[in-house]
Amino acid sequence: MDAISVRDLSKGYSCRSGSMDALHEISFSVKEGEFVAIVGPSGCGKSTLLKILAGLSLPSKGEACLRGTPINGPRRDIGVVFQAPVLLPWRSVLENVLLPVDVQHRGGNGQRKAALELLNLVGLQEFADRYPWELSGGMQQRVAITRALIHDPAMLLMDEPFGALDAMTREQLNLELQRIWLEKKKTVLFITHSIPEAVFLADRVLVMTSRPGRILREVPVEIPRPRRLEAMNQPEFCSVVNSIRAHFHAKGTLDA
Amino acid sequence: MRKRRDIALTVAIFCVSVLVGELMVRFFQIPTYILPAPSRVATALWRGFSSGLYQTHLLHTLTETLLGFLLGSALGLLLGAAVALNRYVEYFFYPYIVMFQSVPKVALAPLIVVWFGLGLKSQIVNVALVACFPLIVNTIAGLKSADEDRVNLMRSLAASPSQIFWMLKLPSALPFVMAGLEVAMIFALIGAIVAEFVGSQAGLGMLIQSMNFNMDVAGQFSVLLMLSVLGLLLNRGIQLIRRRVLFWDPSVKEQLEQERVAL
Repeated sequence: MDAISVRDLSKGYSCRSGSMDALHEISFSVKEGEFVAIVGPSGCGKSTLLKILAGLSLPSKGEACLRGTPINGPRRDIGVVFQAPVLLPWRSVLENVLLPVDVQHRGGNGQRKAALELLNLVGLQEFADRYPWELSGGMQQRVAITRALIHDPAMLLMDEPFGALDAMTREQLNLELQRIWLEKKKTVLFITHSIPEAVFLADRVLVMTSRPGRILREVPVEIPRPRRLEAMNQPEFCSVVNSIRAHFHAKGTLDA
Repeated sequence: MRKRRDIALTVAIFCVSVLVGELMVRFFQIPTYILPAPSRVATALWRGFSSGLYQTHLLHTLTETLLGFLLGSALGLLLGAAVALNRYVEYFFYPYIVMFQSVPKVALAPLIVVWFGLGLKSQIVNVALVACFPLIVNTIAGLKSADEDRVNLMRSLAASPSQIFWMLKLPSALPFVMAGLEVAMIFALIGAIVAEFVGSQAGLGMLIQSMNFNMDVAGQFSVLLMLSVLGLLLNRGIQLIRRRVLFWDPSVKEQLEQERVAL
């Protein structure tokens, strides 16, 4: 059974000139343990798609399933990482990580230990008692990733999680995410507008176009893991990036 | 070091202005029943406290202010939450709350005396009515201020509406609520004095009125002085709570940071 399967999914929204499709008959699936990236220009409906998968909004047509059951509301077996870290300033780093556990009433010392271990995994163990505002942007996003992992979800949905970070921090976090993924073997759906980031991280890249949002192509990435940053300069990496980029240039919809 | 210099400066400014006041009153020979010299006010203050008169009335005013403040804030918090969380309450009842609040409380005070008598009870009711409105308004604004991303985060965790309220909306509303409490505290003191003017057997407001009948202007000034110091202390009290509760809020964070640098 596929971890995520989406069939003929459309999502419309109404505007002054009638109704528009933000997503138009999208179909794809993600296998258990697979890392799939969705890349596309801003406004192509990537975030709408993620909101539907997270159960935050409902599709107008079609169906999205997680492990065979249709999504009709938020679920506890997924972890979501948003573009902003969205940490609560009145909670310490550790308490922020434990938020999903608190919401799901699964407290206890075991969870605390698990949280500290996860913080250790992202190199923030000595910041457990600090508050979010004392951390840099990259560190805050690491906390957000840790929070998405604490309730041990089967799946991670990530919506441009590194989009607001500087280039160097971004590369660093790409490496870390790969390491976490190799260790935890979660299914990941990663949304980004950076083609190199998508190619670096994913097993498979889905290319989206805008207005209406559609999946144009599927590009498998067969670069062996663990991938190192230097891989970004190798010819096979570049050729995958270029073939994806060519699509946007042909459509004239590439933005930055 | 800087702190010690600031304190010295504060004391110096106070002394100089008192001295200037004293000299002006004496130089221009202003009659005491119009503007008493600071020395006369100080004497009145001393007499009031040494006879135990001021303590009794101060305690009375303080009691009604604090009790009324607590009652009014609790009421404001509850009403504000009801309006913010329920569309129907907002639609059907909020206009009445606003209408009721636009009635000047001074105009209401005589009625309250009729209903609740001349004792502490009627003053507490008056204070509570005056203090609750800033809390209503700020609680509504605060509860509606929760960041949409944060609400989405909570929803994505499958949090229930009550969890979203307690874990997100209420803490997000706290900066607004604390600002409301600050205003409410000052309103409460004003409300207490107004209530005492209208009808009371004790309290600083009652004292001011009886001194007014006796042309004891120095005495009135001494009571006014007490009232302003009381207002300042009550405000500081709220500030202290605010700093403990809102340690994470940018406004408080900055303040704490500056103080650390100053030391």
